[in-house]
Amino acid sequence: MLCDICHKKIATVHLTEIVEGKVMELHICQDCAKNKAEELKQQLNISDFLGGLTLEGEDNKSMSIKCSFCGTTFYDFKKKGRLGCAKCYTHFKSQLLPLIKKIHGSNEHKGKLPKKVEEKVIVDRNLKILKERLERAVKLEAYEDAAKLRDEIRELEKKVRKED
Amino acid sequence: MFESFFENKKSWLSSEGPDSDIVISTRIRLARNIEGYPFPNRATLAQKNQVFLKVGEAYPKIEHLDSAFFLPMESIDDLDRQFLLERHLISQEHMHYPRGKGLILSRSEVVSIMINEEDHLRMQVIVSGFDLVKAWRIINKIDDEISTYLLFSFSPEIGYLTSCPTNVGTGLRASCMLHLPALVMTKRVDKILELLAKLSFTTRGLFGEGTQALGNFFQISNQVSLGMSEEEIMDSLAGVVKQVKEQELNARENLLKRYLPTLEDSVWRAWGILKCCRLISTKEALSHLSMLRLGVDLGIIKEVGKDIINRFFIMIQPAHLQKIEGKVLKEEERDYIRAELIREKLS
Repeated sequence: MLCDICHKKIATVHLTEIVEGKVMELHICQDCAKNKAEELKQQLNISDFLGGLTLEGEDNKSMSIKCSFCGTTFYDFKKKGRLGCAKCYTHFKSQLLPLIKKIHGSNEHKGKLPKKVEEKVIVDRNLKILKERLERAVKLEAYEDAAKLRDEIRELEKKVRKED
Repeated sequence: MFESFFENKKSWLSSEGPDSDIVISTRIRLARNIEGYPFPNRATLAQKNQVFLKVGEAYPKIEHLDSAFFLPMESIDDLDRQFLLERHLISQEHMHYPRGKGLILSRSEVVSIMINEEDHLRMQVIVSGFDLVKAWRIINKIDDEISTYLLFSFSPEIGYLTSCPTNVGTGLRASCMLHLPALVMTKRVDKILELLAKLSFTTRGLFGEGTQALGNFFQISNQVSLGMSEEEIMDSLAGVVKQVKEQELNARENLLKRYLPTLEDSVWRAWGILKCCRLISTKEALSHLSMLRLGVDLGIIKEVGKDIINRFFIMIQPAHLQKIEGKVLKEEERDYIRAELIREKLS
């Protein structure tokens, strides 16, 4: 069998590709296979794919935004398709959110919460409530209540610090 | 290393579990990152090592993992890394650049956690048959437990934060590996794959990302990881996998009813080649094994069990052959040993 690409040499490499949901068979020679491998590598480059998805109206200013935690710029992200750290999501928020919406069709997490976060969210909420009550108690000069609340807050804060 | 895996009777290769005649295995993976460290692509070696050690402190306290392997990837040699890839326990990326990476692997091969792959943690559970519920139950529990020891990067708005925004949200990728020989034979598979792509499902070959559809195996997985709960993602995947499975069953029935002689001929020819060959490549072996498996599913061939054929799909891969032989083999040598192994097991 002759090579499907150059039609000169004997086909020794047999490729099955799925392109846009279609199965394609390709029988090619060693040399063409080498070229094809390069091509495939490029096709699978996720950054191109993500780059294509990013938005119109992107200017030099947004490209040079830098994450203060890891030093990744938005340009780096566009080039590599990878963010540098969790804080990048905050620093590139206005560029990323529309992109995320394009990928997933949504910007809203509906899945599970991590256990630690769950606890932290609850503790934070409780602390806030206690502090508000303390403020009110002080205003009303209810010092006995205030002392109790202050102790509760200290207890909770100590627990949080211990866990951290 | 890992010789004991040859004896694992309950791994995803066991051909047990619901609908295992068509759905070979079910896999779920969760992507997680640890707060306070850059993602692996940006982290220094020292930071990666810290992540590795942090995970090392946490895993022994977790059910399913207490007796697991915990290894730096650099301590696993080339052949064993290839072996783990062939068993679907690590990814291509994890195999090729071992520096700063780690692996936690349960002895049953059900749970594997890649450390410092694209994300700090890539936790996967893989089970036999069509069983998203079981896989989810296991991985969800591990995730819950591990998250009491490690603080994951998380935003209440967009969920778990991942190195690539295509995984953000649940960080979940669920996939089923289907054996679809009748849809390939009746040339209907293209249409189905096209439809799946339109519905935002990805189709890949036997070894995941960027691989070919060898042996009529297709992995179907979700693309979207945000905006739906884990259960919703799995329900929608289960729905399409069920549909594809029905289509394959219909195609098989159609073949039996209308093209029995052709079908029998293809199956018995595959049997003949496998039983008599002296040199056989992985690709050729996979295509005949696929036909053989179809023949067994349809009761045309009764001489061999499904579990043996399932194991073959992996046993005939290059690293497996070399581990069985206990030495490095060149390609031609492998083709010879592969043929010998198959003949021996089928006689």
